[in-house]
Amino acid sequence: MGRVLFILAVLVVVGGAGAWPLSAPRPRFGPADVRALEAGGDAAAGRIVFLAGGCESCHASPGQPDRLRLGGGFELKTPFGSFYPPNISPDREDGIGDWSVGDLANALLSGVSRQGEHYYPAFPYTSYQRLTLDDVRNLAAYLRTLPPVAGRAPPHALSFPFTIRRALGLWKLLFFNKTALEPAPGRGERWRLGRWLVEGPGHCAECHSPRNLLGGIVASRRLTGAPSPDGKGKASDLTSAGLAKWSADDIVEALNSGFTPQGDALGGAMAAVVRNTAQLPPSYREAIAEYLKNLPGSDAPLGPPRPTP
Amino acid sequence: MKRLVVTTLILACGLGAVAAEGDAVAQRRALMKANGDATKIVVGMLKGAPFDLAAAQTALKTYADAAAKMPTLFPDDSKTGGDTSALPAIWENKADFTGRFKKFGQDAMAAMATITDEASFKAKAPDVLNNCGGCHELYKVKKG
Repeated sequence: MGRVLFILAVLVVVGGAGAWPLSAPRPRFGPADVRALEAGGDAAAGRIVFLAGGCESCHASPGQPDRLRLGGGFELKTPFGSFYPPNISPDREDGIGDWSVGDLANALLSGVSRQGEHYYPAFPYTSYQRLTLDDVRNLAAYLRTLPPVAGRAPPHALSFPFTIRRALGLWKLLFFNKTALEPAPGRGERWRLGRWLVEGPGHCAECHSPRNLLGGIVASRRLTGAPSPDGKGKASDLTSAGLAKWSADDIVEALNSGFTPQGDALGGAMAAVVRNTAQLPPSYREAIAEYLKNLPGSDAPLGPPRPTP
Repeated sequence: MKRLVVTTLILACGLGAVAAEGDAVAQRRALMKANGDATKIVVGMLKGAPFDLAAAQTALKTYADAAAKMPTLFPDDSKTGGDTSALPAIWENKADFTGRFKKFGQDAMAAMATITDEASFKAKAPDVLNNCGGCHELYKVKKG
């Protein structure tokens, strides 16, 4: 309730004529660019992007075992309500079969739909924005090889005021920084690959960072961990401080087999993540481990110390 | 004196029964911890630690024992308390939950019968381990 009133207050304050142009969707590619983007696309490379991005974890049709049937409809529960990821199979009626590379690029890099509307950041374009155009082109080529699936996902089940899709334009002004990764001279290739994987398609920060009342990531505490959205359990601190008791090999093992150094099997949403990271080339898991083991921890304490599991 | 002994024995039985009921969470946590310790050994050997058939067989026996006992340790009054990691989904899907332990036990015992050396271990142990993630994904509080 407090969250709803707070957001309503923000809307009232910002409201009026100023809010409309401020909140306008800003797709990166206009119609002319879209036509220019069609050529090429390597489906094999696109499969790597697909795995790194974990697309099937949200978009695969629930209740059946084929993770490449991307009919959407899985229920993603969050503090804002339930989201139902859409059908992204190449079906021309119910999926994205008639999308161009430019449309996919606008979705992943700008969080704007083909109809020119904002996407909710439950679709983590805040991380996916770090994909390159080549990544998008390759991903499009791969997605087109997958089976078309008929049927649309249900609409999102959100309560007012989260139903005001246009308001996401204001949210984006605050929390969608659209900045490329900072140049990091002196860092090797493996670290760079790890950074791209973690901060880009891997979208780890989306679950593993604390968020403020408006649902934006608290930048200074990025990747330091967060309680699970459904109130049970947590996503752990992935900085070098949080992973102090894990070696790089332990991280690689966990991303491959799902087993922790204690012999526990990673559960909850991480089981879905591991299903994808296990299929990446081994050097990618090593790159993720190198990036995380070199990530400085946050100095701010998260709360009362938790007993070690 | 005899009355004292008999009374004490009766009380001890009663207290023991009460302690056992409240112990379901503690017992299942202990079984799962034993599974974790066994898994450390199995994963270690899969990754290249020197193969030890006896250790592998012991680990598989630990899994089989746990699989047999675990389904009985989730009575309706053990949903909370004792720092349990059990999710409500267990009681909503009891048949599926129990079925998974049955399969896990079957896989572990089949592996015990057919693993005789390092080659058969490396071929068959992963199948047993594949049971863990699926259950944890649905039924265990996420802590990682």
